[in-house]
Amino acid sequence: MSQKLLLDKAHVEGIRTYDVYRREGGYRAVEKAIKMGPEAIVEEVKKSGLRGRGGAGFPAGMKWSFIAKPEGVPRHLVCNADESEPGTFKDRYLMEFLPHLLIEGLIVSSFALGSNATYIYIRGEYAWIVDILEHAIEEARAHNFVGKNILGSGFDCEIYVHRGAGAYICGEETALIESLEGKRGNPRIKPPFPAIQGVWLRPTVVNNVETLAAVVPIINMGGEEYAKIGVGKSTGTKLMSACGNINKPGVYEIDMTISVEEFIYSDEYCGGIPNGKRLKACIPGGSSVPILPANLLLKTAKGETRYMNYESLSDGGFATGSMMGSGGFIVLDEDQCVVKNTYTFARFYRHESCGQCSPCREGTGWMEKLLLRLENGAGKLSDIDLLWDIQRKIEGNTICPLGDAAAWPVAAAIRHFRDEFEWHVFHPDEAVKRNYGLAHYADAIHVPATV
Amino acid sequence: MAKFNDTQLTEFNRLVSHYPEGKQKSALLPVLHLAQDTFGGWLSTETMDYVAELLHIAPIEVYEVATFYSMYNLKPVGKYMFEVCQTGPCMLNGCDNIIAYITDKLGIKAGETTPDGMFTLKTVECLGACGYAPMMQLGKTYREHLTKEKVDSIIDECRKNAAANN
Amino acid sequence: MAEQQLFKVTIDNITIEVPSGTTILNAARKIGGDVAPPAMCYYSKLQGSGGKCRTCLVEVSKGSEKDPRPMPKLVASCRTTVMDGMEVKNITSPKVLDARAGVVEFLLLNHPLDCPICDQAGECHLQDLSYDHGKEGTRYEFQRRTFKKHDIGPYIQLHMTRCILCYRCVYVADQLTNKREHGILDRGDHSEIATMIEKSLENDFIGNVIDVCPVGALTDRTFRFKNRVWFLKPMDAHRNCPTCSGKVTLWNRGDEVFRVTARKDEWGEVESLEDGKPAWICNTCRFDKKHTNDWVIEGPRMINRQSVISAGHYQGNVGLNKPTEIFEAVHSGRHPKVMLDIHSVSEVNKPDIELSLIEGPAHSTDFNSNKD
Repeated sequence: MSQKLLLDKAHVEGIRTYDVYRREGGYRAVEKAIKMGPEAIVEEVKKSGLRGRGGAGFPAGMKWSFIAKPEGVPRHLVCNADESEPGTFKDRYLMEFLPHLLIEGLIVSSFALGSNATYIYIRGEYAWIVDILEHAIEEARAHNFVGKNILGSGFDCEIYVHRGAGAYICGEETALIESLEGKRGNPRIKPPFPAIQGVWLRPTVVNNVETLAAVVPIINMGGEEYAKIGVGKSTGTKLMSACGNINKPGVYEIDMTISVEEFIYSDEYCGGIPNGKRLKACIPGGSSVPILPANLLLKTAKGETRYMNYESLSDGGFATGSMMGSGGFIVLDEDQCVVKNTYTFARFYRHESCGQCSPCREGTGWMEKLLLRLENGAGKLSDIDLLWDIQRKIEGNTICPLGDAAAWPVAAAIRHFRDEFEWHVFHPDEAVKRNYGLAHYADAIHVPATV
Repeated sequence: MAKFNDTQLTEFNRLVSHYPEGKQKSALLPVLHLAQDTFGGWLSTETMDYVAELLHIAPIEVYEVATFYSMYNLKPVGKYMFEVCQTGPCMLNGCDNIIAYITDKLGIKAGETTPDGMFTLKTVECLGACGYAPMMQLGKTYREHLTKEKVDSIIDECRKNAAANN
Repeated sequence: MAEQQLFKVTIDNITIEVPSGTTILNAARKIGGDVAPPAMCYYSKLQGSGGKCRTCLVEVSKGSEKDPRPMPKLVASCRTTVMDGMEVKNITSPKVLDARAGVVEFLLLNHPLDCPICDQAGECHLQDLSYDHGKEGTRYEFQRRTFKKHDIGPYIQLHMTRCILCYRCVYVADQLTNKREHGILDRGDHSEIATMIEKSLENDFIGNVIDVCPVGALTDRTFRFKNRVWFLKPMDAHRNCPTCSGKVTLWNRGDEVFRVTARKDEWGEVESLEDGKPAWICNTCRFDKKHTNDWVIEGPRMINRQSVISAGHYQGNVGLNKPTEIFEAVHSGRHPKVMLDIHSVSEVNKPDIELSLIEGPAHSTDFNSNKD
């Protein structure tokens, strides 16, 4: 059983309330942090090696140290709770069951960054969580953890919940800032970066819910201790939201030393695949990261065991690896169709493209149409090459990473499952009636002996 | 023209107070939610103009935002809106069957409203409940692990509620 | 004032010095020619424009003298400022040419390609872009996107199907008028320029959206279907206008003024006045002053030699005479019977009918022979 830092108290009865949370040792980090002072907090977070949990994995301490501090200009911390990546639902779990953990992390982080007005940008669909969070903020205020002169430190901090209204793109930090300003969620062209000119052109840091919650154990146990958990540059614990064809879908906290195989099959985590079916493929980090066939998922191309951490999941680059992403772990069993799955993702990205820059606006729709045609058995062999060319021309050429996110799943599906695409072309009648099946996607890969 | 009552105006002022002086436009998204909930579950041009007036911004700024975000309805919708997720993980767990079942049962296709104005069926993209698939949003909450039986009971529940409120 | 720092930047192996803060695109425009990347959405006179169309992508092979690492992705040259010692590859980078061809294909994907009936033809930036950077043919086999028609008033015609969403017209309304009434509605591939509720755009300076539109999405209704731009002779002219500078380009055929536009520079942008401000023109000058005697004519407008507009112009008395009848000349003085002179059976294009003064497009009823 791996160590839990975020969810260890998740099952304590009434942990959602201030009283229980406090009794269980909550808000100690605020008390400690106030004594430490802002610089020391940033230093601890840097030492912890904490990487952003939103998907990009950028070191959080480094991001904090970039924030500009011009005289007389307010700074803001914004919590990115616009969790919308298909496969990812970990932040929802944290906010719904442990709202005070997030509030505590927010106060410590706001103190470190000097933000007197901190915002939680939550996706509009999580309407009931807005109430949970606002209630928790009021409870914290009643105990002087939010509001004026927190614990007599002279530091003021208000936390506001800002509800979005249905747009995946607002998970991108500059789009989120635009949306927070009451505009369309069009990502801004960088530079300037939010750390220099963010919301209302003031220096801003945008962090994911889980990242900010992880600040609490880091302060409590110290950055160095935190860094000892995990492996290499994957320090601490990570929340994984597992879904798809598994026995026990849900949110799990892992310490990044377990193998992918253990995560899928052990009863502590996903509990294997229902109905005795076999594993066909998996998208280990949310819809935008490359899909991997079973053989490459469990073992790297070198034949080594693949582990659930940033480095191991990306071992082999995009050719034979994938990414940790936001931790949305989607499992496909042998009865699933990769073409159809890819089509639903392409439809998702077409629906969520903001339409600002041309490769993404036009390219996502084109890919969706081609994939639908292939899925319906009306595709041509050349469509597969065309898809490849389109994704190549979107990737890296757009304003924000949504273009890449739309391109990667298509590229990976063709890279690893090309024969399934071709089967759709050559057997159009069969393709609408049944699925391609497991084929050889779980066969062991021949690894040339090392010299 | 319909206007906010005192309770709603208090809520409006609370929302605006979250943002710095002169940045009241930032409250646009939350205020549009409030307006949509207040004025029949959708945003008419009059409603949007009213919001623009309240926030001292040009009407086009409101139209631009209202059309961008998928949660704002720009046409009247049924009393109960079933927003069924159809993205990847929900698809893997059979959302297609749920959508087909609702379509059959209510006699409406995605995007349509029943003639009695009771139900609207809408297919949506990922709502962040992938582990509890298939699922749909109904009002402020999620209904998860959907089965045909569950859909039946939800429809019954809605009909009962509607009858009780009349 | 402190002397402005000069940065050395090398674009396609040509080195120049530009003030710090200059964008790569503007540095490349200083060099000129093919080195300047094409720009469909960037407009130097509109603050905040650029970065969206992705046609101006370039490769930065060396970041700066201090940090020589290349940039990992292609960058939008219109929004990236130069650093000292930066090395940029535009037409010398196969990666850029490939990406640009891709962008052209994306921009044309849902474009109706209705150039034969489009007033912008001949001065359309998308046409130029496709000829210069695109590939022949399309690989798109699906129905193209269409939009519901919006009426935005008597002066400006909106053809949303042709729009490439450069946002320039939105910036014009934001920066030139006191209240914007049109904007971008919806999102993704259904985004459109519209007013939401049918509304006519009437601000004094709103006509400038026509000049900034790179394609035929916003055209001049008073000029609609009246003539092809390459049959017209552009003449610089001015008048004493109380609202704007009054410095315009007239587009004449004979002594008939077909349309009035702002004066544009070699990048297709509105020229700047002596005081450095862009010479935007007002609606009165643009739409209501359609007689040569409203104007003081300065002389012929210089037009890019490559432009179809410049072909065959400026011989003889510039702009003051109707074009000579070329019929006899091309047939060596013969009058073949099969080639009927249309004027004997139709009044269309008859010299005595001033097409530019007819409201809207010309219809058969505008001609005497069709009247009762």
